[in-house]
Amino acid sequence: MPLVSGGKITGDGFVKLAVDTPLPEGGDILVPAERFLAEADALLERSGKVGVIWPNNRDIAELVPYLGKVAAVALVFPTFRDGRAYSQARLLRERYNYRGELRATGQVLRDQFVFMLRAGFDAFEVKKQADAEAFMQTAKRYSVFYQPTGDGRITALHRRMQLRHSEGVGT
Amino acid sequence: MYAYDEIDRTLVNERVSEFRDQVKRRLSGELTEDEFKILRLQNGVYLQLHAYMFRVAIPYGTLATNQLRALAHVARKYDRGYGHFTTRQNIQFNWIKLAELPDALEDLAKVGIHAMQTSGNNMRNVTSDQWAGVAPGEIEDPRIWSELIRQHTTLHPEFSFLPRKFKIAITASDHDRAAIKIHDIGLRLIRNEKGETGFEVLVGGGLGRTPFIAKTIKHFVHGRDILSYIEAILRVYNQYGRRDNIYKARIKILVHELGIEKFSREVEEEWQQIRNSSLQIDDEVIEDIRSRFTYPAYEKLPHMPDELRQAAADPDFEAWRKNSVAPHKVQGYSIVTISLKPTGGPPGDATAKQMDALADLADQYSFGEIRVGHEQNLALPHVAKRDLPALWKALDKLGLATPNVNLITDIIACPGLDYCSLANARSIPIAQELTRRFANHELANLIGRLHINISGCINACGHHHVGHIGILGVEKNGEEVYQITIGGRADENATLGTLIGPGVKFDEVADVVEDVVEAYLALRERPEELFMDTVKRLGVEPFKERVYATR
Repeated sequence: MPLVSGGKITGDGFVKLAVDTPLPEGGDILVPAERFLAEADALLERSGKVGVIWPNNRDIAELVPYLGKVAAVALVFPTFRDGRAYSQARLLRERYNYRGELRATGQVLRDQFVFMLRAGFDAFEVKKQADAEAFMQTAKRYSVFYQPTGDGRITALHRRMQLRHSEGVGT
Repeated sequence: MYAYDEIDRTLVNERVSEFRDQVKRRLSGELTEDEFKILRLQNGVYLQLHAYMFRVAIPYGTLATNQLRALAHVARKYDRGYGHFTTRQNIQFNWIKLAELPDALEDLAKVGIHAMQTSGNNMRNVTSDQWAGVAPGEIEDPRIWSELIRQHTTLHPEFSFLPRKFKIAITASDHDRAAIKIHDIGLRLIRNEKGETGFEVLVGGGLGRTPFIAKTIKHFVHGRDILSYIEAILRVYNQYGRRDNIYKARIKILVHELGIEKFSREVEEEWQQIRNSSLQIDDEVIEDIRSRFTYPAYEKLPHMPDELRQAAADPDFEAWRKNSVAPHKVQGYSIVTISLKPTGGPPGDATAKQMDALADLADQYSFGEIRVGHEQNLALPHVAKRDLPALWKALDKLGLATPNVNLITDIIACPGLDYCSLANARSIPIAQELTRRFANHELANLIGRLHINISGCINACGHHHVGHIGILGVEKNGEEVYQITIGGRADENATLGTLIGPGVKFDEVADVVEDVVEAYLALRERPEELFMDTVKRLGVEPFKERVYATR
């Protein structure tokens, strides 16, 4: 499954651990939430980077004490119909000011990219190769946004105000 | 009328090209049907019994004449020459070809019409009072706020994959024509004691297999905070709404399971975190939206023009006027409801020819504006009273002057088994038969205000729970069976109807309704006591006894 990060298909530096996989000596790891919370101290002492895979039915606030220490948070879309992780993503970015990698995993398809970018995701485990290749093109599909989110894109309401004021200058 | 600016137009066009790409990928097999389904639903495309069905949004029920002509064009070019107006200010086309859908959307986009989020588990078309901006006694035009919310809910990055569909309706009148109490969020525009504009917010209403009347979650939310408050409700719902069972996924179930107190505490907590954010709306933003709604330059006209006085001698005109014409906030003008319920016709249908002709009449008599109401009728919102007789004649020629607005044959019905893949029973033929049974205008008038609502399955698109008489078609041992309720209503006193007895067969439905009506005529205290009031006074029992005594 291709990983898109920084707008490009890249290699994945993280190795995913299951709940019971033995902990490797070094290297960057992505750990399920349950294991992460149980072994946080030991995991964070290692030399490699640590990321956490957070399920979409667990309160994201539980992760807050660790946000300064993890290198990545992977949120899960069990199917693309299930939109809970969009709320988790916005909370991480906008309420808890998380600035590390925010990765979308699960059924990640082309037609969610714009929503995901707006919610704060910056890395995507894309299901289909063709979708991953079309990432940049798809991300530019829309130039108008009605809602303010943490991604900082200017909203339609805001743009109208700017237009109004700039028109007002000359008159 | 609200005029789209370049920003709105750009978004609609971007949406069309996205959907064109999605259809292309579906037709080439790149997208599976399962993947495509969600995408097409977000653009109002269902797969029905015989063909794709295409549902187009008419936000808060306001149409300009060029928009109505564009709908007629779609009916003619891509469908079979007619469209069906629904209970949520949408229009449906029943015979669309998938490959032609992007073209149809593009044609509509040219006049600022779209089909975004008219189906799927997202925020649906924002609906409002079809008399918004013209009804006497309104707090203010609720469409300003409807448009603000329409924009905010369009392609929302957090709430486009909710547990289930989500519907918002807004009213600004004491008499609720927008049925806000059967919506996921109902907003009642009010002024507080300081004279500030805001909303009473209701939540958790909805019909379907587990109907609930919405409950008040907050008595006053200031206008500037309405987006953050809605966002807080949605965030709680998105995270905690059930996703394990489609029938328990609406917000009404979450509100019911948590209880309104706990649910409102959750919302309040979330709201406090986001209310002072960029979601707060300043007056300038509201003014900007308000400035893009234009209002007619009304003339100063007499309350009772000669034309109207003369026409009063014609009993046919008078019969129509009494049912179809309502007071306007400006003296000398009226709001005219156009019945889409002719005798023997499917409720809510209009032909392309009728739509075009109506657009011409709206240009001539209603400052180019048409409205769509949840009762599946249309309205001309600014008709000078002196023009009423001429308008009536023109409507009559088009088959659009059936004098039955608010009477027993003004029936709400879903498409039912004739079109819908979810239906268990036919709805339209029941409605058609009832319009024939009560075709006598004197009889219908004698009965007075009475709403019959018909659904062809438990999903309740025909709002049967809130019909004064509700008819629900179900399937029992391979046969269509209809359950009859009475006493429901969808207005400010919204109530769910009560079952009056065992289900009856297709052929018996009209007989049972006749018996219910007969019982009412015998039981009412005086002619002015409406059906609803008799049911309220006496309860269901006396009706049950009379209707089922001989069955």
